[in-house]
Amino acid sequence: MTAALEPVQEFLAERLGDDALAASVDRGEATVLIAPSRVVDALAAVKAAPWDFAVLIDLTAWDRHPIEPRLEVVYNLLSWSRRQRLRVRARVDSRDAVLPTATGVYAAADWFERELWDLFGIRFDGHPNLTRILMPDDWEGHPLRRDFALGDEPVEFQGHIPKRPSDIIPHVPARRKDR
Amino acid sequence: MSELTRETLTINMGPQHPSTHGVLRLVLELSGETIVSCKPVIGYLHTGIEKEMETRTYHQNIALTDRIEYLASYFEEMAYCLAVEKLLGLEVPRRAQYIRVILCELNRIASHLVWLGTSALDLNASSVMMYAFAHREEYQEMSEIVSGQRMMPGYFRIGGVQWDLPEEFFPRVRKFIDELPRRLDEYEALLTDNPIWRDRHIGISSLSREQALAYGVTGPVLRASGVNWDLRKAIPYSSYEDFTFEVPVGANGDAFDRYTVRMAEMRESGRILRQALDGLPEGPYITSDRKVALPPRPELVRSMEAVIHQFKLVSEGIHPPKGEVYAAVESPRGEKGYFIVSDGSNKPVRVRVRAPSFSNLAALPVMVQGEMLADVVVAIASIDIVLGDVDR
Repeated sequence: MTAALEPVQEFLAERLGDDALAASVDRGEATVLIAPSRVVDALAAVKAAPWDFAVLIDLTAWDRHPIEPRLEVVYNLLSWSRRQRLRVRARVDSRDAVLPTATGVYAAADWFERELWDLFGIRFDGHPNLTRILMPDDWEGHPLRRDFALGDEPVEFQGHIPKRPSDIIPHVPARRKDR
Repeated sequence: MSELTRETLTINMGPQHPSTHGVLRLVLELSGETIVSCKPVIGYLHTGIEKEMETRTYHQNIALTDRIEYLASYFEEMAYCLAVEKLLGLEVPRRAQYIRVILCELNRIASHLVWLGTSALDLNASSVMMYAFAHREEYQEMSEIVSGQRMMPGYFRIGGVQWDLPEEFFPRVRKFIDELPRRLDEYEALLTDNPIWRDRHIGISSLSREQALAYGVTGPVLRASGVNWDLRKAIPYSSYEDFTFEVPVGANGDAFDRYTVRMAEMRESGRILRQALDGLPEGPYITSDRKVALPPRPELVRSMEAVIHQFKLVSEGIHPPKGEVYAAVESPRGEKGYFIVSDGSNKPVRVRVRAPSFSNLAALPVMVQGEMLADVVVAIASIDIVLGDVDR
């Protein structure tokens, strides 16, 4: 159900010019990479007919630590009529992570963008209420960044043994042939 | 309008409240008893599972997925395993696919029974709650027979399931699906024509098709709004294309339609279960790919190769190739998806859980806008959120 990616790619290239950076199909899943400043234009373009990616099913990010621009934001779109998914991605720098808000295109983006601000520290320009959503309001840092260490909160009990993240099984990097 | 009536009152509902079905706080602004605005405050149950998953191997993470949408653990495992299998490009044996479908559909019925019982209890129909929970107990016993656990089963494995279905499971599940229509009739006899139930549900917390679309609402809430969208039919996974079943759709998108949609879904799950049990194929219950699944016990005493595979899988885990995938299933609450990024190492770089309860709850303010305070209780019950899923 991914046969229609090439037209989307052409369509976006035509609409956005050089700002449509790349497109690929991996394991049957279509993704396009868009310049951060134009990502909302791309979303609005594929939301309309004939593409009809009318549902923002998920909006998330992941940290490409240590390669800058580190934070890759992933808009996971769904079209009911085409029974198809499309992922629109944009990469932002971790020191100055700003993207335009998509709340004007998809109402669902409201809470998702708050979550991304909370956990990744990505600011969304023009968001009506960009506050923390999952972590406490006075929390410092953005926990889902890869350089945010997973550790223990200080407690005032005696004899407390700090918890450590699971290191029973060590991290084994990719073998060369898998890269 | 006098000065007095123009004033609004802001009250807190929750975080500890019997009808928020978990630790959910709603900041409600009231004019008299009418809701002017509703602001859900979430995060009280945030446990950082997504972060935790980055420090564990792909197999270890199955135990964590169970704890997210804890009323529908089999769906969590299913979605997670499908995502990792997609990453690996792995084919799951047909028997394993059917076993997964059987467990998931049983789980769907059980999850809907919890919704039925708790939402009836919210309106003081406590006998329905007793019936529903007693009924659900049978599912939990079956889950224990299959996986050893009543909740948080940890039964699915990457590439299949942990072990085959035990013999004593089959008569139990047959009895369960034989009795299911009669018992659902009984619940409907108690509720559908009950004047209080109808008064409190018809026309309450409506969500239009367009609003559902804008907020990314999925599952029974979406179907009650008149959208025929079910991933089992639309983008089939795990052999769902083999089964004949209807997708119940509502018309008005109100709480009553969500009730009828879920009741009909339970009957359809019974149909799927019967077909899956009748057509359960013979064959292996887990993939024979030794780079993914543990070798069978008897092989360990005969083959050095098997011992090496066992050692590598236990001490290091699997290494999915580099890439990113998204896999989704139709959970009792909507689209449950896993977005996994792998860098080729033995631990995922990122596991993102697309939580249906999160998106459905985001639409709550639209549903209750302009309605009565007492109807917020019905609205929350009708979207059937699991706070573990909202906060992750």
